[in-house]
Amino acid sequence: MDSVRALIVDDSSVMRKIVERCLRQAGIDLKQVLEAGNGTEALSVLKTDVVDLILCDINMPVMDGLEFVKQLSGVANAKGVPVVMITTEGSEAHVVQAISCGARGYIRKPFTAEQVKEHVIPLLAAK
Amino acid sequence: MNPVSALLTANSSHKDWIPLIEVAAREVFELMLGCQLTGPTSAEAIPPDITAMVGLTGGLCGVLSVCCDEKTAVLMTSKMLGVPLDKIGPEVSDALGEVCNMVAGNFKNKIPGLGDGCQLSPPTVITGSEYDLHFPAGSLGLDVRLLFEGMPIAISLQIHS
Repeated sequence: MDSVRALIVDDSSVMRKIVERCLRQAGIDLKQVLEAGNGTEALSVLKTDVVDLILCDINMPVMDGLEFVKQLSGVANAKGVPVVMITTEGSEAHVVQAISCGARGYIRKPFTAEQVKEHVIPLLAAK
Repeated sequence: MNPVSALLTANSSHKDWIPLIEVAAREVFELMLGCQLTGPTSAEAIPPDITAMVGLTGGLCGVLSVCCDEKTAVLMTSKMLGVPLDKIGPEVSDALGEVCNMVAGNFKNKIPGLGDGCQLSPPTVITGSEYDLHFPAGSLGLDVRLLFEGMPIAISLQIHS
């Protein structure tokens, strides 16, 4: 698998670092890790940067994760980029909503590096 | 009456939710910090140097809080980030807020029918102990005391309705 440029979107800087660590523990070779604190910041990042993978929280200020995923359809740099939601909102309805908005995977907090691996590796391999 | 309302009405004391809060906390610490919580311990006083709170609204209205002393919060942050204690700085509040958020989310997802009908607020974190919390009359408090690396943490769920 080629080295990966990941965008991690979460309003918690601690959680962004944990997600990055889990990606590394999953054996993913990270070429670049970009961070954003909400959906608006993430869209701004994607105006200039190309990524291979997006991991995104749902509950965030300014623009939440579901709205962010909806808006990705109009972003050239996000075309075909898999989005995995990582959130405490783990109900079935939230999963369905996230997938219908365009997410390709869903991880409930708390999570392990192994769970991140199970969700992310197949998506990267399918690209 | 929807299923959650029926659940809340039928179970007016909610004492059987205490083990769910405990399990929710144990899972968060095991998966995200790599630590086993021990206890429960007695209701000894915990210096509330730092308190994280997450509001619940919808099918269950209330506040879930996690409270501990500063030394404990710094160790939690160190374990979460996998960095030495002396490298921990202002991210302590963020880390405890995330712990509280995950415990609240994990707890609500363990109650059948509640996950979809209950939303969480972003965490709020208070540092210092010179404060009083005031809840609506008739609120019910469920308290859990556990030990993290031998140090006490207090988890409380205040149910408003």
